[in-house]
Amino acid sequence: MHPVAGHGTDHGHSIRLYLLVWGWLFVLSACSYLIDYFHVQGILRWSLILLFMFVKAGLIVAVFMHLAWERLALIYAILVPPTAILIFVAIMTAEASYTLFTRLSLLAGH
Amino acid sequence: MTETVLRSLPTSDGPPSRWRRFSGEWAADRQAFAGASWRKAMMWIFLLSDTFVFGCFLIGYMTVRMSTTVPWPNPSKVFALEVGGTELPLILIAIMTFVLISSSGTMAMAVALGYRRNRRATALLMLVTALLGATFVGMQAFEWTKLIHEGVRPWSNPWGAHQFGSTFFMITGFHGTHVTIGVIVLVTIARKVWRGDFDIGRRGFFTSQRGGYENVEIAGLYWHFVDLVWVFIFALFYLW
Repeated sequence: MHPVAGHGTDHGHSIRLYLLVWGWLFVLSACSYLIDYFHVQGILRWSLILLFMFVKAGLIVAVFMHLAWERLALIYAILVPPTAILIFVAIMTAEASYTLFTRLSLLAGH
Repeated sequence: MTETVLRSLPTSDGPPSRWRRFSGEWAADRQAFAGASWRKAMMWIFLLSDTFVFGCFLIGYMTVRMSTTVPWPNPSKVFALEVGGTELPLILIAIMTFVLISSSGTMAMAVALGYRRNRRATALLMLVTALLGATFVGMQAFEWTKLIHEGVRPWSNPWGAHQFGSTFFMITGFHGTHVTIGVIVLVTIARKVWRGDFDIGRRGFFTSQRGGYENVEIAGLYWHFVDLVWVFIFALFYLW
């Protein structure tokens, strides 16, 4: 699949692959919905929601958007910068916890 | 281009490692994104910037939800619909998700058939994609109307933390705008495909450039991105 230089995506991929991914996206979405329907709670709920979310996102980006067949230079240029978002999430988690702490300690009883 | 990369590599054993290939692609070539045309590369870079826009929205939502002392409204109940006397949680959102995923599937097939020069099937599949997208926006409009009638405002709502309304309207509103723009783009490109612009090399009315079936793929990139963002909104806003 991966020669030294990227081949671009000019060649058509098999329709079968798209149907397969489509089917998987349906199944994963149905699973996400069932988590809510059956009131799965706690750590199992969060981990399953995030797992299904990342698998679905990966399928869409890799197959539907053809990123798996692009050059490594493009793949990394697109996939590496969003990791900054994860750092931002960590920063804002600390900030939100601090805000909650001050609200609970200063606004208690209001 | 390929030869340049090969010359810069050690000729000895086996295929070059991942990192060799990566450094070769950035260093030895004049064109780092060879294989992807400038149109496609620019669409990818636009989508990367849009990722940060939606990333910031979702982080803002996370921050206000984590820091409020008032309980967050239960999305499972807020977005429930009564169908035939029984209350189904999140049913409209689930249908919207399936509609958008289906539109991504038809779009992927339109791109594949476009590269096979199957003009009519490509245009029809793009129109089906646009129709599913319009259905999605219609259901979102229904959802907004329902919530507004129930008293949800960006500054308050009847069930809990006030921030619920502001984040809901901002995130789904921005996503709905993206879907709407996508529908317009799809219809425009589908018309060009149907007319055969990409087969006879007719120049575009706005850019005066000759397009190709790659334009279908680039429109598809944008469309799949809209679906991708919905995957995150569905998981983080509606299911969390």
